[in-house]
Amino acid sequence: MNKVLRKSDVFYDVYERRPGADKLTTTYCPGCGHGILHKLIAEALEDFGVQDRTIFISPVGCSVFAYYYFHTGNVQVAHGRAPAVGTGLKRANPNSIVISYQGDGDLAAIGGLEIINAANRGEGLTVFFVNNAIYGMTGGQMAPTTLIGQITMTTPLGRSVENEGYPIHMSEIIATLEAPVYVERVMLGDTKSIMHTRKAVRKALKIQIEKNGFSFIEVLSACPSGWKMTPIQGEKWVTDTMTKYFPLGVIKDISDTFEGRDFSRKNVEPSELHEILDIKETRIDAEKIAPFIMKSVAEEIKIAGFGGQGVLSLGTVLSEMGMRHNYEVSWLPSYGPEMRGGTANCSVKISSKKIGSPVVANPTILIAMNRPSLDKFETDVVSGGLIVYDSSLIDRAPTRTDVTVIPIPATKMADELGNTKIANMIIVGALIKHLGIMSQEIVLDSLGDVLKRKKLVPLNQKAILKGAEFIKNIK
Amino acid sequence: MPKQFLKGNEAVVKGAILAGCKAYYGYPITPASEIAHAAALYFPRAGGTFIQAESEIAAINMVYGASSAGLRAMTASSGPGISLKQEGVSYCAGSELPCVIVDIMRGGPGLGSIAPEQSDYNQVVKGGGHGNYKNIVLAPNSVQEMCDLGILAFDLADKYRNPVFVLTDGFIGQMMEPVEFPEPIAQEKIPEKSWVVKGTIETSDNVITSIELDPDDLERHVNKLQKKYSIIEEQEVRVEEYHTDDAEIVLIGYGIVSRIIHSVIDELREEGVKAGMLRPITLFPFPKKKIAELTERVKFFLTLEMSNGQMVDDVRLVVEGKKPVYFYNRMGGNVPSMKEVHDKVMKIMRLS
Ligand SMILES: Cc1ncc(C[n+]2csc(CCOP(=O)(O)OP(=O)(O)O)c2C)c(N)n1
Ligand code: SF4
Ligand SMILES: [Mg+2]
Repeated sequence: MNKVLRKSDVFYDVYERRPGADKLTTTYCPGCGHGILHKLIAEALEDFGVQDRTIFISPVGCSVFAYYYFHTGNVQVAHGRAPAVGTGLKRANPNSIVISYQGDGDLAAIGGLEIINAANRGEGLTVFFVNNAIYGMTGGQMAPTTLIGQITMTTPLGRSVENEGYPIHMSEIIATLEAPVYVERVMLGDTKSIMHTRKAVRKALKIQIEKNGFSFIEVLSACPSGWKMTPIQGEKWVTDTMTKYFPLGVIKDISDTFEGRDFSRKNVEPSELHEILDIKETRIDAEKIAPFIMKSVAEEIKIAGFGGQGVLSLGTVLSEMGMRHNYEVSWLPSYGPEMRGGTANCSVKISSKKIGSPVVANPTILIAMNRPSLDKFETDVVSGGLIVYDSSLIDRAPTRTDVTVIPIPATKMADELGNTKIANMIIVGALIKHLGIMSQEIVLDSLGDVLKRKKLVPLNQKAILKGAEFIKNIK
Repeated sequence: MPKQFLKGNEAVVKGAILAGCKAYYGYPITPASEIAHAAALYFPRAGGTFIQAESEIAAINMVYGASSAGLRAMTASSGPGISLKQEGVSYCAGSELPCVIVDIMRGGPGLGSIAPEQSDYNQVVKGGGHGNYKNIVLAPNSVQEMCDLGILAFDLADKYRNPVFVLTDGFIGQMMEPVEFPEPIAQEKIPEKSWVVKGTIETSDNVITSIELDPDDLERHVNKLQKKYSIIEEQEVRVEEYHTDDAEIVLIGYGIVSRIIHSVIDELREEGVKAGMLRPITLFPFPKKKIAELTERVKFFLTLEMSNGQMVDDVRLVVEGKKPVYFYNRMGGNVPSMKEVHDKVMKIMRLS
């Protein structure tokens, strides 16, 4: 017992961070459980020699100023968020020992989501959950752990099941999850119970120090001020009344079989990053693009069809090929209000000048892959523009007489090649051939760099050639 | 040329990793989800951590932890998620933790829509959470800038120990353009941080906190923050000007709107209309001096937004009624067309 009461070296000798004249005592009331638990934690950190590696997270609650006392790294956090902050701390420096110290309001009410998910991920944290069945700091309001019938400032007639439901059993909830290694409920009552709590505290910290495992220790703890009791009455209430609702004992312990977690990050040199990020040189063949570079190009292309017809990738392939010819390019997908009824469209700009707006309102080229797209966008095309449409799917010709129209049975041709999905590439081939603003050779050559699924490159090349041939034959 | 063709949402992730960012925590939301997708793929490979957090509140608090521990850390979201992050952002500002938050704005209020809007301006530029603080806010208008300003965001965050937002709209996040990526930042170029808490003996006397119960202490702290914000206002304003030299009317817009303005100015100039554009690249610090200077020589301002007129308040505060400040907007996910903007300018010019 003496050892428990000696002031550990893990505490500051003088609490310099505490404002005011008194720098030697804590802010806790007589008989408060927080002070006792602090001592048990400090003693364990000292004995295990991990003081320097420890980061203590102060919650919002009466222990908000834990950083006045603990001579460890300290982080004070928002109400309930300690397990999330702890996740960030631990993952940043896996060698640190991170303690999430939380009250019942903090952990079981406002921070319910953070604790459940940190526990479920099995973060390498040690959580000390101080259950005093009340909000101590804010003047004694109900906590999720407040007992039925218990009078608090917000349950003046006693907590009722009808209005407030039952006290929450956090340890049992946490123990249902797979990742937590050790979950125990202990209390701060007589000396014996404190010595038992001491053991639990040490075991929980050990699990983090040795194996980076997640432990959860619920500590039934007196709040004489909030309960309006004397310290002696408080201790008795913890022992006799709280334990009836919150049975003591180990609720889960897999520390024997738990193999440990490794949170270390990969060691990567900055010089490796370009390769890791798939940042590659785009091959631009100056000689081959020479015939195109003097061209004045200002195409605004609208590509539309059913989702699944490859409308968006038709656009990205055109743009990427444009980029490889040193044109300015932009690609903008439809999403939001336009993306109804399974139709998709995208706007592509290919220009020899800097591109302002990427939005295409009046296309110079419309590629319509289904009837609704033709119906919707036909009138928008600029006079003198071009409409390319899939004549195997669209049963009407455009009515515009002031534009060039190219019907191409792309889907039928794709089926003949054995894959409906490459109708879009047939159109790419046709368009490139018709416009003459890009080299077919470059397009075929760089397809492998542009397409995600490398296996499909030969088929796509075939489709492009087929589209080009179609244009050659109708010209 | 090391050009890559990709989405704004992907460029910001690659830029962040090149800037030495080692921690990404986020919760999915359209139109920002590709940021999480790219982060999930690249952060672990690049020696970083990726966690899909249980909520935006948890995500920003994980960032709080990672930043406390000395890492360059980021998160990303859109409208509803940014609302949830505000608590954490306020704590970061109070504890002076550097962090980067990307907001790909969508329609609101409430669930609104997933289409682009600029309606988070107030909640991001004016602070958003509780307390007397400011975020640094960068507003990219291209995929290239998603990379470049994303990188700058980390430098400014560290330099000022302050949250930095990369604020843009769904279009800039979703669109693809060619990007040239810079070389990665060498580890030694990232400033050493003596104030962090890393679980080492050197850092075991450090505390990260935002609480100051003594009124004089808190006032001193908040005044120190205000001083920092004035230095930022002095030193970090960034704008793009386009044909403002001889402009009679200056259009002001950021993000996708500025791209549309750019094209409209080209048309107007061809028609002989003396129109120019001022694009704030930093929304905080807001380009007050620049607008004040323009107020002396232009006839009109026209502020264009995809919101109910949030930035225009800031413009009007600077112009102080000395010149007319007109306003045109679209909302709900609609983007003002070039024609609408053009017509609005011509209407104003005819009034004169
Ligand atoms: C977001 C937020 N809501 C409310 C509060 C006010 N508040 C401070 S402490 C507290 C309750 C703390 O109770 P508990 O977690 O049980 O800690 P105890 O004081 O009992 O140890 C509340 C509600 C706050 N600081 N932040
Ligand atoms: S109010 Fe309760 S919990 Fe807070 S210090 Fe006093 S006894 Fe402890
Ligand atoms: Mg409590």
